[in-house]
Amino acid sequence: MRWLVPTTLIIALFLSMVPLPLEWRWWRPEFVALLAIYWATYSPDYFGVFYAWLFGLFLDVIELSPLGYHSVGLVVVAYVSHVAYQRIRGYTIWQQAAWVFVLIGIYQLFCNWVSGLMGKPVEGSDFLIAALITASLWPLLVMNLRKIKIFWRIP
Amino acid sequence: MLSIPFYSLTHIPVYVEEWFSVNVSSRQMLMGENQQLREQVLVLNGQLQQMEALASENKRLRALMNSSKLLEDTILVSELIGISPDPKVHKVIVNKGTNDGAYIGQAVLDAFGLVGQIVSVSYNSAEVLFITDDSHAIPVQISRNSVRTVIEGTGDLYKLRLRYVPSTMDIKEGDLLISSGLGGRFPSGYPVATVQSVNHDPGQSFATVYATPTAQLNRSRYVLLVFREATAREAIGESLKTEAVDTYSPSSESAVVTEEL
Repeated sequence: MRWLVPTTLIIALFLSMVPLPLEWRWWRPEFVALLAIYWATYSPDYFGVFYAWLFGLFLDVIELSPLGYHSVGLVVVAYVSHVAYQRIRGYTIWQQAAWVFVLIGIYQLFCNWVSGLMGKPVEGSDFLIAALITASLWPLLVMNLRKIKIFWRIP
Repeated sequence: MLSIPFYSLTHIPVYVEEWFSVNVSSRQMLMGENQQLREQVLVLNGQLQQMEALASENKRLRALMNSSKLLEDTILVSELIGISPDPKVHKVIVNKGTNDGAYIGQAVLDAFGLVGQIVSVSYNSAEVLFITDDSHAIPVQISRNSVRTVIEGTGDLYKLRLRYVPSTMDIKEGDLLISSGLGGRFPSGYPVATVQSVNHDPGQSFATVYATPTAQLNRSRYVLLVFREATAREAIGESLKTEAVDTYSPSSESAVVTEEL
């Protein structure tokens, strides 16, 4: 379990910076936030606010954004899913996906606030496409990680 | 730079694709490409002849006017190894750094025009801020009549905005804007954008003018870093007359053609 959390998050870091054509970048799912929500919901003992903050910093470093830009949103999202994990784990997978959509929206809200403070206001609702795609990745993630956990006999 | 290993790793598929396109290509394709390149060489050679004559004439006239000498820029080809994943930030990473003589504020070109400038540099990589980033502005002039203005990014890859254009200014759709060299950061004479739309609103004190960058910002894999010579220059009409060298040597002044008069 100890190794699976950082491994998946590092893969998410790589996925979040695979070069895309400049116009396609609005459609890139928020991989790190997705993984943060997953681990804060399914392994709250191993993954908490501190790790969310740390991987937010990593994401800032590799995305060339100001330090703390992604950390703010990730910390809030990790905290919310940490508080609510008992209820969320009882939901069906599609209800969970809707919950993820809301959480990613909150995450993007924080990022967009910081962008607005930096003088790059986000116009339109293009960024919600990314939230939608991220939410639709949730069932895929949950099912595959369940298989991995069973294979390696991880609780 | 902590992020460089990440960028070089995510860049591997590009290398693989490049390797395949170099090593696995059909005879037909190569023949077609060869043909195309031959035609291109012919056309460019034709243009170069004219260019040479114009350049020498320009140099002579400048010497007669006692103005500063016109020097050619030294250029370093560099490859794009990463794109900022944040859609609000128009930045790329190139594979040349302080090791190759790159410096902060250096202008970056592609084959079609000005791309941007270096904003941060490390040992073997540098961050390039595009002219379309909404925190970027560059002094330009209209090549038709040399009117000076400032053009700034909008955060849209195909759109630049001209700020504070008086309604009486002589600017038309299709005008080519070239860098003016004012401010001392960018070399003068490189194409930056073509005017896309001019809108005079009687209620506003300034006209709304949009332009499209001439550089192919979302296509170019290779960009050129321009090294400034120490002397002040005005290189009007000198656009795109550049010399590609693989390595930068400080003594590149010797490569400059000096004409005896």
